[in-house]
Amino acid sequence: MSLANLLRLAALALLLSFLLSPQSFAPLFAPLTHYGAPPIYDQGNLLWLALAQLATVLCAAAASTLVAVGLGILVTRPLGAQFLPLSRTLVNIGQTFPPVAVLAIAVPLVGFGEKPTLIALFAYGLLPIFENTIAGVRSVPPVVLEAASGMGMSPGERLRRVELPLAMPLILEGIRLSLVISVGTATIGSTVAAKGLGEVIIAGLLSSNNAFILQGGLVTGLMAVLLYDALVALERRLSLPVSLD
Amino acid sequence: MIRIEGLTKQYDTTTVVDDVSFEVERNSITVIVGTSGSGKSTLLRMINRLVEPTRGRVLLDGSDTRSEPAYLLRRRIGYAIQGNGLFPHRTVAENVATVPRLLGWPDERIRARVSELLQIFQLDPALYADALPAQLSGGQQQRVGVARALAAEPAVLLMDEPFGALDPIIRAKAQEDLLEIQRRFGTTVVLVTHDMDEAFRLGHRIAVMSQGRLLQYDRPATLLTHPADSFVARMTGLSDRALKLLALTSAGEAALPGRSEGPRVASSASLREVLSELLWRRTDSALVLGEDGAPRGQLTVAAILARAHP
Repeated sequence: MSLANLLRLAALALLLSFLLSPQSFAPLFAPLTHYGAPPIYDQGNLLWLALAQLATVLCAAAASTLVAVGLGILVTRPLGAQFLPLSRTLVNIGQTFPPVAVLAIAVPLVGFGEKPTLIALFAYGLLPIFENTIAGVRSVPPVVLEAASGMGMSPGERLRRVELPLAMPLILEGIRLSLVISVGTATIGSTVAAKGLGEVIIAGLLSSNNAFILQGGLVTGLMAVLLYDALVALERRLSLPVSLD
Repeated sequence: MIRIEGLTKQYDTTTVVDDVSFEVERNSITVIVGTSGSGKSTLLRMINRLVEPTRGRVLLDGSDTRSEPAYLLRRRIGYAIQGNGLFPHRTVAENVATVPRLLGWPDERIRARVSELLQIFQLDPALYADALPAQLSGGQQQRVGVARALAAEPAVLLMDEPFGALDPIIRAKAQEDLLEIQRRFGTTVVLVTHDMDEAFRLGHRIAVMSQGRLLQYDRPATLLTHPADSFVARMTGLSDRALKLLALTSAGEAALPGRSEGPRVASSASLREVLSELLWRRTDSALVLGEDGAPRGQLTVAAILARAHP
């Protein structure tokens, strides 16, 4: 087993054992607390919070992917090309507008809980997927497109059989970037009562408990790193072998 | 077979192809030759409607090519291009199977056809069927490109500078293969090139284009002996036209009765090759042998020279 795989396995084992049995890590976190405060978050189940955050992130990413890939395909068709500047502006606003501000606007409209977080993450995650979809579709060599049309593929068949498969590695890269950003950003959802590890960090901030802050941050960080890694591995499997010619 | 009538393509105010008409015979190779920007590729691409004509029409076996959707028309017409355009994410076998799949052939028939074609193009299916294009050499990729174009047994094969990216040795081989394939399947081939030597080597008929206009459409020998204008004459090459003319006749066609003690030449050799051989050996006559190895007659330098001018 390579060193990289060993590290991956170690990180996964660390994450799982902490989430399944946080109390056994208490001695490690105890030095970070004062006046006998609890070293491990005790107002909720850490495993459950982590899964809730992951679920929120995956839902938002699925929606971002659907919309961004759809838009990316639309604006690379001859008929949709005129929508490119508009789409790009909208998607850029989604990225520039701080998620916290989105939460502030969304709460009065949809109330507290998971919904405002989903909206914020959805808007924030569009840009990388959208831009990578365009880059991926445009990276298909013109001679390959010419051949596809010359063989008698209809525009739809050409998209399905040639353009999307060849753009897939770049699209996946966009999804990966978007997911990883979302995992971290999702913690702010706890300010509007979404279930997630942000709850642990906020509890730590309110009670000056550094152990809580560290736990919330570490679990979030480990999840992001492992997710990133798994998607890189998937992209490698889908990308083409390099030519030796 | 293919009848082109008053075909014109204009982009805004530029006329790329200007009122071109000619007819391509069945089972022949027609080469469209011209300098870059002559409109030859656009003309070819109007045959399978990758470019829609501004005016004029193309008849395929008597029926207008606009009578069906363009993508359905293209499935009936083979298309091979420079740089071959193989799908990099598909194996060699999947690439070759592209059009039969679009046509919905049964798997069994597709498998048989792919393996037949790979064998014809000297690509052992056991070795290459599951390879990706990037794992092949340039010459092999080009052969897969032509095999893919022929997969659904099209009656017409369009080729746009198919050998342009190959080095001279592989190109000569690819040209020979094309002649062989064309004889074998009886495909009607229309090929675009800027290389006059290639045109003379392959074409039963040659169409010379310049600035969107068809200057001359004739047999290769006629192009040399009766060029329509000075451009065609320059294009076909003034300096070696006598030798080009000799290259168009085979020893078998020109053989005279009699025997010779000189070198033996195959009846398929061109007069140009026979003359070169005679000059090299400093002899005056050669014995022409048929494909079966039996003497077919003889050729003298004088007889060859008599054929080197109109």
